[in-house]
Amino acid sequence: MRNTRSTQLLFELSKPGRRGVCFPAADVPTQPLERLLPKSALADAPPPLPELAEPEVVRHFTNLSTLNMSVDTHFYPLGSCTMKYNPKRNERLAALPGMAHVHPYQPDESLQGLLALLFGLQQYLAEIAGLDAVSLQPAAGAQGELTALLVAVAYFKDRGERRPHVLVPDSAHGTNPASAAMAGFESITVRSTPAGLVDLDDLRAKLDDQTAVFMITNPNTLGMFDAQIREIADLVHKAGGLIYLDGANMNAILGIARPGDFGADMMHFNPHKTFSGPHGGGGPGAGPIAVRAKLAPYLPVPVVVERDGHYALDYERPKSIGRVRSFFGNTGVLVRAYAYIRTHGPDGLRRIAENAVLNANYLLSQVKGLLPVPQGDRCMHEFVATAARLKQEKGATAMDLAKRLLDYGFHAPTVYFPLTVRESLMIEPTETESKETLDAFAAALAQILSEPAAALHDAPLTTPISRPDEVRAARQPVLRWQPEPVE
Amino acid sequence: MPYLANTAEDQQAMLMAIGAGSLDELFAQVPAELRLQRSLNLPPALTELELTQHLGELSARTASTADKVCFLGAGSYDHFIPAVVDAIASRGEFYTSYTPYQPEASQGNLQAFFEYQTLITQLTGMDVSNASLYDGASAAAEAMLMTLTATKRYGRLIVARSVHPEYRQVLDTYLEHLGIELVTVGTPGGTLAPADLAAALNNETAGVLVQQPNFFGCLEEMAELAEVTHRAGALFVVAVDPISLGLLRRPGDYGADIVVAEGQSLGSPMSFGGPYLGIMACREEFVRRMPGRITGQTVDRHGRRCWVLTLQTREQHIRREKATSNICTNQGLFALRACIYLATLGPQGLREVAELSLRKAHYAADRLAAVDGLSLEFDRPYFKEFVVRAPRGLVEPLLERAYRDDGLLAGVPLGRWYPELADCFLVTVTEKRTRGEIDRLAESLSHIAALVR
Repeated sequence: MRNTRSTQLLFELSKPGRRGVCFPAADVPTQPLERLLPKSALADAPPPLPELAEPEVVRHFTNLSTLNMSVDTHFYPLGSCTMKYNPKRNERLAALPGMAHVHPYQPDESLQGLLALLFGLQQYLAEIAGLDAVSLQPAAGAQGELTALLVAVAYFKDRGERRPHVLVPDSAHGTNPASAAMAGFESITVRSTPAGLVDLDDLRAKLDDQTAVFMITNPNTLGMFDAQIREIADLVHKAGGLIYLDGANMNAILGIARPGDFGADMMHFNPHKTFSGPHGGGGPGAGPIAVRAKLAPYLPVPVVVERDGHYALDYERPKSIGRVRSFFGNTGVLVRAYAYIRTHGPDGLRRIAENAVLNANYLLSQVKGLLPVPQGDRCMHEFVATAARLKQEKGATAMDLAKRLLDYGFHAPTVYFPLTVRESLMIEPTETESKETLDAFAAALAQILSEPAAALHDAPLTTPISRPDEVRAARQPVLRWQPEPVE
Repeated sequence: MPYLANTAEDQQAMLMAIGAGSLDELFAQVPAELRLQRSLNLPPALTELELTQHLGELSARTASTADKVCFLGAGSYDHFIPAVVDAIASRGEFYTSYTPYQPEASQGNLQAFFEYQTLITQLTGMDVSNASLYDGASAAAEAMLMTLTATKRYGRLIVARSVHPEYRQVLDTYLEHLGIELVTVGTPGGTLAPADLAAALNNETAGVLVQQPNFFGCLEEMAELAEVTHRAGALFVVAVDPISLGLLRRPGDYGADIVVAEGQSLGSPMSFGGPYLGIMACREEFVRRMPGRITGQTVDRHGRRCWVLTLQTREQHIRREKATSNICTNQGLFALRACIYLATLGPQGLREVAELSLRKAHYAADRLAAVDGLSLEFDRPYFKEFVVRAPRGLVEPLLERAYRDDGLLAGVPLGRWYPELADCFLVTVTEKRTRGEIDRLAESLSHIAALVR
């Protein structure tokens, strides 16, 4: 039974005089605050936060949690997000005191265990990437992109070159062109072929001595491996540019192929996707990058180094781009990635890729008779179906299908991305789902497609809310709770 | 393979349905010459027991607040985390969900983000908050970028030298290629003098970044600095310690235009620097220039109150290279932790944490200042951190021996960032430190200072 009283807003549950935690009395001399701080700096009263007792806080948030779908509770085939199972052991290990309760400015000698772990992770990621050096600093994939692009700027500057352009395929994540803009580049879009691969003619036309970087997602956002990658890399390298690989889809090729081997000069990992870091309702992730040796001098500081069995943080890197965030990086996420890689070993990682691709292809085989999949019969870790024909014939959209799937107990696929496919549903089952789950999903989709369009427009029917008015939210923004004005 | 459900029979049945002869055939898209012809060179797989032993051993070789007494701060703080925070944040429904692309399946997260946004506005006195960014440093850099488009001035940005050096480094990195001049104004007495700021401002200056309390723990004269900044037509960006707002005036009350903060103090562990929580709040008029996710209230088709991600036309997945930032997600789980923390503490709890930290820091400063050879570097009001000067060349041996001999993480040496403070270290005292621990710190440093001099 849903408890709607406890899911009122915290502010509505508040009552003056309640509190959820008490602190000990001061064990040091207490003197008037005005003697410690100037009166002008002191607030008249503490901030007007809500006041609740601990059990109310617990009941409030526990009931809120039940309003979410999650990997722990539901199949979550959100394409491009790699919603795989998040191992419980990793949560417990990341909470160990020597992982969680460590200050970032402790002396190196007090950090030897953790630095050994982080050094190991740098090496594992370099090996998986087929590249030479790693920075664990970036806080997310998008920040990894930005960091790598800044590394590229520094590299070209060092060579006395100024290359103002970054080329980005039209199927790329929006973060690619946005990161390019933040790094001071002009971003130029390269078309995809109808099959979803890079249009080589368009690439040739736009590639010149002004091109710094070509950013490519491979496998791409359609779940296709672009087999032209070697040729693309040769073209870009011949023009003096660098290849950046958006590693969002590394889950498909772990141990199968390595970006460095197929031409990438730099890449980011998404440990919260590929290496099972929990998505946390939208973060935190991490965005470590791997680069070729010639780019290593420009990586952010610090990096972990090993000297005679002793680990240290190396800040003495004169060509470094500096920092993109404070402190070392998203260590908590990195510890989970380390635990995941160590759990699997080389063969295990390869089996992850194999089963991710097997599950995606199997689901593709079950879905393609229901909805067209323009890319064909095969995919890597995900595929993109289209509801364009359904919309034309029946008036039901990709969003309608997505909403109705919620009623059947499945989280919706990613809809309306990539932008290159109309009415797209991007489906990524991941390796941790069973055949039975995939069969049930396909059966639900078949059932939904047999329903009248009107029923789909009304979906979802079983969720706590249905079809929020997003236009109103944007036109009359209410971005915080405020007390009712007193009459 | 603990996380895979596919049996050999499943795999055969699935391959048959696909029409493929083998797993290998599924990778036909990857040209043979691009395939890795060997196994990855990684250590072999570990069982859960082995992995637990291995990480336990690494953890044991790492000092933590479980076995050392921590007087380190400088942007990452050892504040107390009530059990409620961990208990709720470790619910799978929260931490294994993702960005609320389907609001019907994410009302728990969305409502929590809306509550978080409200709590941040209550805490800072600002009009609006986003649903969080990566960390305090990148939030500060993003805020300074915002001032460029908000003022349409693309000439100069100003930052006080008393702002966290790593925040300034991040700002420097973000600005490196945008052709904006970054002017750092010195803070020789430990704080930024309004006259020095006035001298650095010109009519091309978009924004000024000041930290309160600043990196040295000192309080800046915020009202005066805000006024000087506004007189020059620039925006006043403030980086705050959210815990200090239990006691100190809120930035919204002294004229801040954008407020950023490192939210780690609000219920998240130090975790060797991350993941943390980038707080950002601003005045209403800048909301459409704000980076990151924002949650808004609306109604569903039955008129029920609910929450969605909103104002998304600012964001990269819609605007691509014209977006306000490249940021994709927020730090959802850590925004949730801050939300639980603040809801649990309430106004009185937050005030107590701030007051205890303040009082204990002052007690510690008095004790250390009385140690022969040590002195306080700045004669300014301070909150929970202060700078101690040691005899020439002795910072390193002092801190090293306090750690080795007495298990004390006594302070952060400042020479790496401030050459003129090479003989100084920063000491931080939170509500967790007891009088006994502070006395031990004073005795230890006194003892070592006498030995090494």
